[in-house]
Order: sequence, then C-alpha cells, then structure tokens
Amino acid sequence: MIRFDAVSKNYPNGTTAVDALSLELAEGGLTVLVGPSGCGKTTTLRMVNRMVEPSAGTVSLRGQDIREVAAPELRRGIGYVIQHAGLFPHRTILDNVATVPLLLGWGKKKARSRAAELLELVGLPATMAKRYPYQLSGGQQQRVGVARALGADPPVLLMDEPFSAVDPIVRGELQAEFLRLQKELHKTIVFVTHDIDEAIKLGDHIAVFRTGGKLAQFDTPERLLAHPADDFVADFVGQDRGIRRLSFVQASGLPLREGPVLPVTAPVADARSLGEPWVLAVDAARRPLGWAAVADLPPGGTLADATLAPLGHTFALAGDSARAALDAALLSPSRLAVGVDAQGAVAGVADAYELSAAIAGASAGVTTTGDAAGAGTGDGTGVPTSGAPDTTPGGVQDGTAAGAGAPADGEAAPEAAAPAAPAAPAGQAAPAEAAESAAPAEAVAPADPADPAAPARPAAKLTKRDAGEGGPAEQGGVGGGER
Amino acid sequence: MRDGEPLIRWVWIGDHVGELAHYTGVHLRLGLLPVLFGLIISVPLGMLCHRYRWVYPPTLTAANVLYSIPSLALFMIFVRYTGLTERTVMIPLTLYTLSVLIPNVVDGLASVPDPVRQAATAMGFSTVRRVLQVELPIAVPVVVAGVRVAAVSSISLVAVGQLIGQGGLGYYITRGLQLDFPTPIITATVLIMLLALVTDALLVLAQRLLTPWARGKGAKA
Repeated sequence: MIRFDAVSKNYPNGTTAVDALSLELAEGGLTVLVGPSGCGKTTTLRMVNRMVEPSAGTVSLRGQDIREVAAPELRRGIGYVIQHAGLFPHRTILDNVATVPLLLGWGKKKARSRAAELLELVGLPATMAKRYPYQLSGGQQQRVGVARALGADPPVLLMDEPFSAVDPIVRGELQAEFLRLQKELHKTIVFVTHDIDEAIKLGDHIAVFRTGGKLAQFDTPERLLAHPADDFVADFVGQDRGIRRLSFVQASGLPLREGPVLPVTAPVADARSLGEPWVLAVDAARRPLGWAAVADLPPGGTLADATLAPLGHTFALAGDSARAALDAALLSPSRLAVGVDAQGAVAGVADAYELSAAIAGASAGVTTTGDAAGAGTGDGTGVPTSGAPDTTPGGVQDGTAAGAGAPADGEAAPEAAAPAAPAAPAGQAAPAEAAESAAPAEAVAPADPADPAAPARPAAKLTKRDAGEGGPAEQGGVGGGER
Repeated sequence: MRDGEPLIRWVWIGDHVGELAHYTGVHLRLGLLPVLFGLIISVPLGMLCHRYRWVYPPTLTAANVLYSIPSLALFMIFVRYTGLTERTVMIPLTLYTLSVLIPNVVDGLASVPDPVRQAATAMGFSTVRRVLQVELPIAVPVVVAGVRVAAVSSISLVAVGQLIGQGGLGYYITRGLQLDFPTPIITATVLIMLLALVTDALLVLAQRLLTPWARGKGAKA
C-alpha cells in the first residue's frame, strides 16, 4: 500500500533525518512510527504526501511512485491530522470539515452535507457546525481535525502526534474512539507518536526509529514487547514491557485450578478440612462472595458466619487479559486470582506464580490464546507447540510462511495451516486470523533485525482485532498491496 | 486674538454648513484614498517580505526613511511633477502609510499559526489558493489594526496639504490664522478629530463583521 524503498532524507547542513528506510505498510493497517525526537518519524510521515521530498529512494502509494502525481492532487487523496489540529480559525467547523471536498470541486451543498455526516461520525453535535474553532475545547478541535482529514474519504490517513496536545483523560477517550472509527473505516493509517504506550495501544504494527533516522525494528506490538531487536528498542519500550505484553495474552487461555472454593452454606469444618489457609465462599450460582481466612473461622456454623475479606477484583475469562489476571492475583488477600465466566460464576483460581508460568509459556505458544504460537521462537523456553487446538494452525502456518518468504502469505497460510490443524474447532477463524497478523510483519523482512534470530515468526492474535476488525482488508496486505 | 472675540461664533458655523460639508468630503478623500493605495502596495510587498525574509529589512528601512522625510519637503518635490493638485498631497500620504501597513501585513501573515499553514498545504491547497483563502483572511485582524493607525494619521496629516492649497478642512485653519479668527480653526480641528474617530470606529465595526471568528481572541489594536 505505502512502500518506502531505500528512502533517505539528508539536509544541506549535513544532518540525516531518514537513513535508507525500506518499509512496506499494509493496506487497512494502522502503523505507528515511534521514536525519540529527531529520529525522523515525522519526516518519514511527511514524505508520504510530499510535504518533504526524499533525497534518495522512492515512496510509492498503491504501486505508484508518488512523484508521478502533482503534490496538491496527491494530498487531496491523503487525510492529514496534526498535533494542534491546525483548524482554519476563520472558517466555521462545518466549512473546516468541508475543506477537501470543496477543493475537489464538489460544490458547496454537497461538501457541507458530507461535512455534517462526518461531524456526526466523530461524535460532535450538529450544533457545533456553525461555531468557529476558538469556541471549541482542544479535544473537540482534535475531533474536527480527524473529521476534516476524512473529508473526501481518503484511503490513507497521516496522523502526526494527533492526541499529544490534550490532557490524558481526553487523550484516552480520543484514542478509544479513534480505534472504534478505524474498525469501521479500515483506513491505511500512518501514525506518528513519541509515546510508546500510545503506539502499543493503537498500532497493528510499530516501527521504532532511533536517532539518525534509522529503523530499529518493525513489528507487531506484542512482538516488540516480547522480542525487542536490540538494547535500544528494549530501552525505548520501557522497563515494564514484561507486564505490558500481558495485555496481549487473553485470560481465557490461562490454566486455572479448582482451588479452595466452597458454597457459603458449607460448614466451617469443611473449610478446615481443605487444608488451605484461605477459602473462597461462593453463592448458589457459584458467584464469588469473598475470602475467608481459615485461621480466623468461628468454631462452628457455616461460612456465612465467617468474616469474609473482599475479593480485590476478579478477572473475566472472556474479555480480560492476562494482565488483569495477574493484577487480580496480586491484589487478592489469598494471593489467588479468581477467574469468572460470562455469568460471573467462579471458573477457577490461580496464583501469580502459576500465572507467570503460563504467561511465559504463552510467548512460546503453549497456551490456547497465547500471543505467540510458533514453535521454537527463540524465546528461550523452547516449548514446542502442543495441546493448543486453536493456535496450532497459527504456529504451523507461521513456520511455513516464514520459510516461504513474504509476498504470498495471506493466501498461502490458511492452506498450509489447515491440514496440520485437524483439531481446530469448526467456525473458528484461526487460520485466517493468524495469517492476517503474520502477513504484514513479513513484509519488511529486510528491515527487521530480529529476523535471523527468530526464523519461526510467532503469529499473534491481537485482543484488539478479536473485537471484530475484519481479516479481509488485512489479508491482502502484502500480496494485494498493488491493487 | 482680538479682544472680545469668542472662541466659537456659532452663527459662522450655521452660515457655512454647506461649505464645511464640501471640505469634509474633500478631506476624507484626501485622507482615505492614500490608505487604500497604501494597502494595494503593502499587501503584495508584505507577502514578498513574508516569503523572502531577506527582502523585509531593506523594505522596512526604505518605508521608514520615506516616513522620516518632512511632508513639506515631499510636497515641494511632487509639486514639480503633479502641480498644485490633490495628487501632490495623496502621493506623500500614500508613501507615509507604507511604514505602518507593510509591517502589519508581514506580522499578519506571520500570525497564521504554523499548524494551520501546514494543514492547508497537506489538505491540498496550491500555494496561491493557500495564500488567498487561508493566510490573507487570517491576517485580516492584524492588517486592519495597521489600517486604523494609517487612516487616523493620514486624516490628520491632510491638513498640511493646505501649504499647496490642497488641505481639505486644513483650509479653515490657515484662513482662521490669517484672519485671526478662531471659530474656523476650532471647527475644522474638531471636525478632523471627529473624522478620525468615526473612521476608526467604522474600521473596528467592519473588522468585527469581516472576522467574526477573531472575536474570542480580542483583536489587537
């Protein structure tokens, strides 16, 4: 979709903003360019719409060298959102949003009705249409900025630190809504930020730049956290990357044991007989009520007579991540995390040690919904894929795809995976999904320093994607890049 | 002043209403047309100075040097070419406006926030359209602030043109001095001040109507 071929940008004063960058961004994907200031990420972004012309190399969009298109014309087909929104102060909100349609000669009436639709899409009331930018809050202005960028429904959006000038709460809202919007729109987005947390939250893929305009790593967020290519990347993603990557591991795959769970109507003698220091009291529907310390139990009666310590919090097997599970374990008085099913009934418990073992396994592809499925990923654990019906295809596909090389991933993968995965539940879209997330990663083989070290590329099942972002747009990412 | 002569003889004003109106019209023309011409010169020059920063210092110096030439000297120079006409008054007044208007056009263009300019470029405005549809409109409040200063100073300067017989209401000032008769002097002075004030007020009003979007910021004066 967007392809950088050996692109460099040097300035006459001798500084190199971007150094021999080769990168291919998948259609319909959200790629985040992240790095310290002066790393060339914004320069890279601006080379896509010719705000900056490369000194060497070519940038192409859907297979066409962007220099073949006149700059203003090219730009009208590429949405652009910047840090301080950059709204035109002398135009009403509606006319701001109508800017590109007007430039394209749609006519005032059509352009404005399109603008009104877009305001609604970004969650702004129609009453704002007639206002001027100075009458809006920073967060509202930024929404207008996004609406304006979507004006003529461009397939590509460039976003240069769009959310960094608003306060953290508004930023969180904007990010969440932006993800929702992207799920609907499937734009090909290039997003620049200096904030690694934002990058991990939003990106399908992340390109980490180092000072001097060199690409340090291009990978999926979970891969970036699990396998930083070098010390620079490891340092940049931060000390707590171990914890953060748990967000990508689904709780549903964690091993739970029965644990000391008793109905609240059970006699205290039963609790003592379990031989555990804490007992979890549950109601008739197995919903957790609280922990009872066995040492403090009354001499007789039932658990209902005991003083129950609060649960801390539980984690839902469907929906929560391993991060929530681990947090639940840390906060629980008994040090046991309580997993609940969709009805809120206790499914089982696990302590932090058990969770961490499972999580470590997850990166090697043992658990059912781990963030990496390939066997022998170089993770250090070397645990082969096993007993994981719904990720097995991912693992197998991955090994195959990595060996086969880039271009045909999207198509080849499911076929390769299918025979090896007889256990895959019917209706489960595992092969397609695994292929989908693996494909774009393959696209940049030359730029990925982690490659030789980890030939079998783990496939990832992003929590974000699971929520419904469709595979089709992604699958064409590499092979279909030219369409 | 003669003994017993009052500062104002209202009867004189009543007798000269028609003539006063005529000279007020002439005065306005002599004062405001130079501002218009000044604007026509300053906008492109200011745009040039904004685009090529190195042009700005010499241009501004030149405008300031022009402003420092006494009006009397300029009138005498232009009289040789344009005679004792209104043009001889308006050309120097036009030149005087430049030292106010050029910097205001440059500042006005500089007041366009960088993100706005970048956004305009990124939206696909060509350079010409960007300047005409985005940058100049945003520069309007700052330019109008300059126009207000230029208009007020130009209106009060017109009276000096009476030295070559083209001073609008300045006519009454020299007449009053010659006749040692204060009424026309005071009347003309008050009228000139009123003209300046009303013009200024109208410019403020025009700016409000023209740039409703700038109301929140409080237009710079």
